[in-house]
Amino acid sequence: MELIVASAIGVLTAGGVYLMLRLRTFPVILGLALLSYAVNVFIFASGRLAIDMSPILSKYGDATYTDPLPQALVLTAIVISFGMTAVLVMIGLGAFLEAQNDRIDLDQPEDDGGTKDHRS
Amino acid sequence: MSHGGNLLLLISLLPFLGALLPGLMIRAGRTTCTVATAVPTALALTMLAILAPEVLRGGIVQAEVTWLPQLGLTASFFLDGLGLLFAGMILGVGLLITLYARFYLSSEDPMGQFYTYLLLFQGAMLGIVLSDNILLLLVFWELTSLSSFLLIGYWKHLPEGRQGARMALTVTGAGGLAMIGGMLILGNIVGSYDLTDILASGDIIRASDWYMPALILILLGAFTKSAQFPFHFWLPHAMAAPTPVSAYLHSATMVKAGVFLMARMWPALAGTDAWFYIVATTGLVTMVLGAAIALFKDDLKALLAFSTVSHLGLLTMLLGFGTEAAAVAAVFHIINHLTFKAALFMTAGIIDHEAHTRDIKRLGGLRHLMPVTFIIGTIAALSMAGIPLFNGFLSKEMMLEEASHTDWLGSHLAVPVTATFGALLSVAYSFRFVVHVFLGPKRDDYPHTPHDPPFGMWAAPALLVVAVVVIGVAPYLVEGLVTAAANAVTGADLHPHLKIWHGFTPALWMSVAATVGGAVLLSLYAPLNKIWINAPRPEAKAIFDWFMARLVAVAGWITETTHTGAISRYLAIFTVTAVGLGWFAFAGGGLAAPTRALLPVPPVIAVGWVMLVVATISVVFMHHRRFRALVLIGVIGLSISAGFVYLSAPDLALTQISVETVTIMLLLLALHFMPQITPKESPVGLKLRDGTIAVAAGSGVGALAYAFLLRDVDTISGYHLDNSYEGGGGTNVVNVILVDFRGYDTYGEIIVLGIAGLVIFALMHALLDGPAAKRLKATVYDYDRSRDRHPLMMVVVTRVLMPIASLVGLYIFLRGHNEPGGGFVAGLVIAIALLMQYMASGFAWTQERKRIEYHTMIGLGVVIAGLTGAGAWLLGRPFLTSAYTYVHIPPIEEFELATAMLFDLGVFLTVLGAVMLMLYSLSRIARFAGETVNPEPMDYDPGEQAEDKAGT
Repeated sequence: MELIVASAIGVLTAGGVYLMLRLRTFPVILGLALLSYAVNVFIFASGRLAIDMSPILSKYGDATYTDPLPQALVLTAIVISFGMTAVLVMIGLGAFLEAQNDRIDLDQPEDDGGTKDHRS
Repeated sequence: MSHGGNLLLLISLLPFLGALLPGLMIRAGRTTCTVATAVPTALALTMLAILAPEVLRGGIVQAEVTWLPQLGLTASFFLDGLGLLFAGMILGVGLLITLYARFYLSSEDPMGQFYTYLLLFQGAMLGIVLSDNILLLLVFWELTSLSSFLLIGYWKHLPEGRQGARMALTVTGAGGLAMIGGMLILGNIVGSYDLTDILASGDIIRASDWYMPALILILLGAFTKSAQFPFHFWLPHAMAAPTPVSAYLHSATMVKAGVFLMARMWPALAGTDAWFYIVATTGLVTMVLGAAIALFKDDLKALLAFSTVSHLGLLTMLLGFGTEAAAVAAVFHIINHLTFKAALFMTAGIIDHEAHTRDIKRLGGLRHLMPVTFIIGTIAALSMAGIPLFNGFLSKEMMLEEASHTDWLGSHLAVPVTATFGALLSVAYSFRFVVHVFLGPKRDDYPHTPHDPPFGMWAAPALLVVAVVVIGVAPYLVEGLVTAAANAVTGADLHPHLKIWHGFTPALWMSVAATVGGAVLLSLYAPLNKIWINAPRPEAKAIFDWFMARLVAVAGWITETTHTGAISRYLAIFTVTAVGLGWFAFAGGGLAAPTRALLPVPPVIAVGWVMLVVATISVVFMHHRRFRALVLIGVIGLSISAGFVYLSAPDLALTQISVETVTIMLLLLALHFMPQITPKESPVGLKLRDGTIAVAAGSGVGALAYAFLLRDVDTISGYHLDNSYEGGGGTNVVNVILVDFRGYDTYGEIIVLGIAGLVIFALMHALLDGPAAKRLKATVYDYDRSRDRHPLMMVVVTRVLMPIASLVGLYIFLRGHNEPGGGFVAGLVIAIALLMQYMASGFAWTQERKRIEYHTMIGLGVVIAGLTGAGAWLLGRPFLTSAYTYVHIPPIEEFELATAMLFDLGVFLTVLGAVMLMLYSLSRIARFAGETVNPEPMDYDPGEQAEDKAGT
């Protein structure tokens, strides 16, 4: 099970990083979404894996529970990462509508004829 | 805290509170505004007067508010003799300046702003002289740099004003940075940041190896602020400010801050050779240099500026001597310099105001036209020259007396001769101020015929020259204040006697020589001036500008080469660095043996894993088709939710599913306006590079996760599990952590979420007001669109679902404290229920039925959560301590009521409001892009059709 979770985190990270390095906003947003998944699962996993040990206190006798703290942290992280994605989407959309393209890098200054400081 | 302590805190707060007033009161007229500015200052001055007798008796008033005890930072204030002297000067002159500025500023100048800046500056200065903690003192120190920047650059339309303000900020700000370093070293040596402790451990400080670095760094701060050579050049350029500012900053406050600091630190730092040679020599050089330059300046204010530099040098030199008598002289001269210099600046301002020029070459003969101004200016100038019966004479005598028996590198003559020469120059420029401006024949080519200003304008300088004469004739009147301040500086118990006549001392002869020499020098002014003008002099401003230009060029070069605007490149560099650091950390330490066994993998989970991996890889390879990639992201999110269910995290699973839903909806909405396809533009090399980075990062993170998953660790979670029920009153530990143990974090997080919602809303508005709006209006969709936007089936189903979904949301909310659920999930569930209505019945129809604005909801949520937290204060408990009780109402089973639930309600409202506001903003754009509005829930009315049929 540990191997499965660790490999899933790895695959999600790799996919996220690759998409994050693309040159258009939409794949970058998708990449960051994938990275958020990876990070959330990573933090969650830092509480170690447990099966059938939900952190809901049992009324009957002693029971063992999984670590609740990372879960609480990840819960808010999930919601916040939604907020972050939403802001990014809006900024990306705004940039696209204003600039008519959705490239994320600034245009490099033209070597032929353009002045050196020219930036558009 | 004592009664006096409370007053002291009020004194230091009043200017800052008062700074709020002028901006508002200016609407009620200029005089009202002036009064509103004067009131807090006058109040503070009155309170100071109440405290004064105790301090004059040798007492100290203290006040303390704990701020950041972990850093040794307390907001502690104390008032001793030195503090009293400076606070009195700052407030008293502040009051006079307020009056003077009322008449000086023209009707075009924004007066409210001016007074606000003035009070801010006054508050910062008061903070410096009253702080009992050097970290606090540093905060106020920086505040004076900032607020003086605003004051000096007050006339924003003048380039000299802006440049002068920038130069002052650069020089004093850089000095302030050095001083921070020095103060931290000092605090480290003593082990406390309290001034009282530091002043008491002078011996430890002077014996420390770190004494020299601390001394040099602190002196850099003091010298830059007090315009000591070679940092003197900023002060004359700051003269571009309105004259009230110059009079305030350069007579009583800003530049005296450096002198104050040296006086304050005197018991801790003075008394060594290093102190003497650095401080006294710098002071001496500055005194002579400043006086020499002042003599040849034609601009009245420049003359006064350099004379200020010279007098600051004098004060620095006296403090540098390190003897108690010199400290007394310094304290006395601080008072005297304040009175005559403030009066002189105001006189210069009056002349400028009336004659429309302050160029000495264009003035002269003003005594006939402005008799009152002439009297005021002459008395002040004679005092500056050090003529008997005026106060300047007394402290100058004391200075010369001290100088006369000071050895410098074994020479008995170096200091006395140079000091006398300085005094001689000082006499010359003071006489020049009188002779070349007021005396001489009346001219007929003034830019504007001058006459005496209204009483309000000359009242302030007149009051100051009265003080000049009174102190000059009866110095014993200020003896108490000088004694208290000098005792505070030296830490000794002194009883100085201030007298006019000391007998035929060497100082008297030096004084006579200076006066006669000065008069002779002035009579030779014309030829001397020619020599001076032709002599090569380094222009400080040019050097400063050249230096700044080089600095800007270097900074620009670094920015240009590292910030090319290619974000993908930054991210690549960042990722590679992170992976590299991870590898470095791994390579450095050994890995302990695993302590946990692998858990088994049931087949369903294996299938889920395959789905997730395949989906992720597919997203990477198919991301060019954006819609498809989005669907695959949904698959990944759901797989992860399933994983949470299996791995004992029901709350996370609930949250992940609902967040997944709204995220996909959001991205779908956004994709509507964006290209559907990502062009294939990355060259193979780039793909290969990114792929390598991605695989490295992925394997690194995966390996790290695998490594820690197999090893146990001590956590603090046991505490949460043990106390959740007893302390937080809930059995769902995750929820109790969210609303109770770590409620502060949650509170911060909902605020962030609320802000994110508002940011999106604001961005939407900015977009719709900008050039993008036109393009949006002209949107042409290149694909077929549904002809039935609101299908009957969907409308009916969502209508039925609405109450059910709301009930589910309510249920999840209520059980949250004890079972999986809670405000976050409930908010998301209700948001989805509402979104369904928007999708099925259309934007306008749903919008019409919305009772409460989403912004209001966010605000309400944050306020409810905050008030719940603050409620604990009423019971004397820390913020967000929760209370709970069990309630039994007969027909219902016994249930629990906890304040945590109220907090969760806040969370719920904020989440709901933020999510809805985000999606609402995107739909607004859709409407703008030509989507039609539907007041009816469906595009056609089935009932109408039925009627039609019946009719035919």
